[in-house]
Amino acid sequence: MRKKANKRVIPLFGLSMGVTLTILSLIVLIPLASLVIFTAQMSWDEIIAVITRDRVIASFEVSFLTSFIASVINAVMGVVIAWVLVRYDFPFKKLLDGMIELPFALPTAVAGIALTSLTADTGLIGSFFARFGIHIAYTRIGITVALVFIGIPFVVRSVKPVLEKLDSTYEEAAGVLGASRTKIFWKIIFPEIRPAVFTGFGLAFGRCLGEYGSVVFIAGNKPFETEITPLIIMSELQEYDYSSATAIALVMLVASFLILFLVNIIQSRNAKIMKGG
Amino acid sequence: MHEDTKGSKFLKWFLIGISILFIFVMLVLPLITVITESLKKGIETYWEAVSDEYTVKAVLLTVEATLFAVVINTVFGVFAAWTITKFRFRGKKVLTTLIDVPVTVSPIIAGLIFVLTYGRQSIIYPFLQDMGIQVVFAVPGIILATVFVTFPFISRELIPVLEAQGTDEEEAAALMGANGFTIFRKITFPHIKWALLYGIVLCAARAMGEFGAVSVLSGHLRGKTNTLPLHVEILFNEFKYVPAFAVASILVMMAIVILIIRSVVEYKGKKDA
Amino acid sequence: MKISKKSVLSLILSATLTLTTAAVFTGCGNKSDNAATAADQSSQEKVTITNVSYDPTRELYAAYNEIFAKHWKEETGQDVEITQSHGGSGKQALEVANGLEADVVTLALEYDVKAVQDAGLIEDGWVSEFDKDSSPYTSTIVFLVRKGNPKNIKDWDDLVKDGVGVITPNPKTSGGARWNYLAAWSYADKLYKGDETKIKDFIKKLYQNVLVLDSGARGATTTFVENGQGDVLIAWENEAYLSIQDKPDDYEIVTPSISILAQPSVAVVDSVVDKRGTRKVATEYLKYLYSDEAQRIAGDNYYRPSNEKILKEYSDTFDLNINLATIKDFGGWDKAQKTHFADGGVFDQIYDKK
Repeated sequence: MRKKANKRVIPLFGLSMGVTLTILSLIVLIPLASLVIFTAQMSWDEIIAVITRDRVIASFEVSFLTSFIASVINAVMGVVIAWVLVRYDFPFKKLLDGMIELPFALPTAVAGIALTSLTADTGLIGSFFARFGIHIAYTRIGITVALVFIGIPFVVRSVKPVLEKLDSTYEEAAGVLGASRTKIFWKIIFPEIRPAVFTGFGLAFGRCLGEYGSVVFIAGNKPFETEITPLIIMSELQEYDYSSATAIALVMLVASFLILFLVNIIQSRNAKIMKGG
Repeated sequence: MHEDTKGSKFLKWFLIGISILFIFVMLVLPLITVITESLKKGIETYWEAVSDEYTVKAVLLTVEATLFAVVINTVFGVFAAWTITKFRFRGKKVLTTLIDVPVTVSPIIAGLIFVLTYGRQSIIYPFLQDMGIQVVFAVPGIILATVFVTFPFISRELIPVLEAQGTDEEEAAALMGANGFTIFRKITFPHIKWALLYGIVLCAARAMGEFGAVSVLSGHLRGKTNTLPLHVEILFNEFKYVPAFAVASILVMMAIVILIIRSVVEYKGKKDA
Repeated sequence: MKISKKSVLSLILSATLTLTTAAVFTGCGNKSDNAATAADQSSQEKVTITNVSYDPTRELYAAYNEIFAKHWKEETGQDVEITQSHGGSGKQALEVANGLEADVVTLALEYDVKAVQDAGLIEDGWVSEFDKDSSPYTSTIVFLVRKGNPKNIKDWDDLVKDGVGVITPNPKTSGGARWNYLAAWSYADKLYKGDETKIKDFIKKLYQNVLVLDSGARGATTTFVENGQGDVLIAWENEAYLSIQDKPDDYEIVTPSISILAQPSVAVVDSVVDKRGTRKVATEYLKYLYSDEAQRIAGDNYYRPSNEKILKEYSDTFDLNINLATIKDFGGWDKAQKTHFADGGVFDQIYDKK
């Protein structure tokens, strides 16, 4: 131990690593492994055949497309909201701030039911858009609306702390030197918050991909049009087709793992930047 | 100082306006819908739905699952954050990614993996049967699912704080001969106090509302394995729309209370720092 | 990385610690159940059984459980408490097969009960354990349309016309939806005298008119009734009557010329009742469904009683002259499932790239 003193001065490495890994294994790794084991009973060809079925591919398209659009909307609105919350003072700011995390706390099913009754052609918002021939509930727009709801907190939460730390002297200096506001934003502020925006975007994207509770109510669930991948998994399960369900689930899992890994790489860079000041 | 020109003032209120509009439409309107729908048939129907025997049982189960999730995740979160920020080892990035995985795993898949691990398909099922332990479609399964979906919530709050704090103080204390628990209690804990509380609040919020994973694992046994969100769905499926929204409004109120606590914690934490 | 002895030791220590806590909490969550499973329940004061059923039977079993509890108390002096679970029929069967402890299953179709049997939980021969192929009540498939029938929907061929919005659940996830699909098929079969290409074309057109394909029967009803989607809902007869009962001014029921005899199946889950010692009460629970009293409850809840004498009492409610195909016309559930609903079956084909 002595020799590595520069490395591990602080005690309890074994204990804390042990507890971490044990709980991680029990709750996350072993269950995830059973998914992999289950899928491994299929041959490659079978797995490929399952995940390249037309309907499955169409559902990937629906899921990825709507999640992507929703996350882009959330990235933009997240930055705007974080900016407003950090830089401006206005009445009810605290209230607005407090609301942001509501989607974490509100059950997705409740959100789904409420959003559907709002955006159906008979609903408050839906009837307004229906006059222009735009239908929200039971279309891909509806799915996107539900996913925007789900993803709001992610970008705001990751951008806000960075903005708070950001020194405004540079902007002020640039402003004094006559740079336009758009230029200040893109040249000075955005590079600073970019990693945080990507982190929030990635987390929101990952969460949206897997969202089920709110989407099933609003989606309409029509094959090739509004059928999301989690619903396909659910319907495979209902046909007692465990292997298909797990194969598709594995694809989703790999996707979310990749997204997270990217996010973490970006985040550790971000941390370095923040530390380095 | 920044000059408040007319243009920037316009921009300011424009941005504030967009933010408020966005949050109002996306978040406040659904809440209002829930509340107005639940009171459509008067306060009596509302009270009947809320004080129903099954509703009360669902509230209790939700609280139980939330408590377990908070306790387990707090223990895990503290140890994991300590491990990741205070030591250097290989595979750290993989470890942090693994901890985050549950957030992005579809709740459906989360339910599915527990069914595969502890259900009749599993190799350990006969063993569990012999011990008389029923995991899936029983309360333990619901707890496991809840712990899973809220898994990284606390560690994610702690890691940035501990990272920013660095390891100098702990190293100094260790060199002076303090043992691990003393170091944690005296040096680390004061730094993470507020972040921990904040994480706990978030974890509780998310645990209360989990629907997808719990729905796969619950079996929907009335009065036994129904959490509040599931109870809402059941009522909804029984065409009891008003009671469904009434029960949903309990969840909305719990969510609002949690958010208020959150704001207080955040505010106090900032003042402390 | 070299690992010291000390850290290995604490690793093991912590591992056992967390394992035991995990075991303790999983154990305590179930204490009450253990006590109940241990002994034969017939000698105890109170017995509990679990009935895993499908979506539209909620009201039926809420009423039936009351009269059964009374009946059981009179017979044996014992209190009985029945825990209900409802959901999509296929999903419910799957959960029982995966370890949901159900003493009895009362599902939408024989095929779903068979899935539980295939998991090794129900013994062979359950179909003949109770009268009428173990289906104490039947139902059929009808149309629910908006008041005044603005699209003038009279029969199945009106559903394939342009501009008619149809609401029906997904046959892959909903038991009821399979009956819907097969009823439509029976009609087309008669119409085209068995010409399969034409039948498939008909079904394809029908599903092209579907606006929302919900995952369960109840979801479809909600979409049609609450959210105002579509012109016609293909529904269980009892679901349609329930909606009418709720809002008599908004909807009408249309009975098509041909429909299908939907036979929901009931069975005792052998391995569970043997383990819990509840066989007697579970069997009686299903048997009593055939009593006059229970048959009338079925009729009151718009299920067709299987007792013909009592069915006649409800001739005002039900259209008894409707021409009903049965699952036997499709060669039984195994065959129907394989041809129509399995992956790559006819239903998938009609949804393949248009």
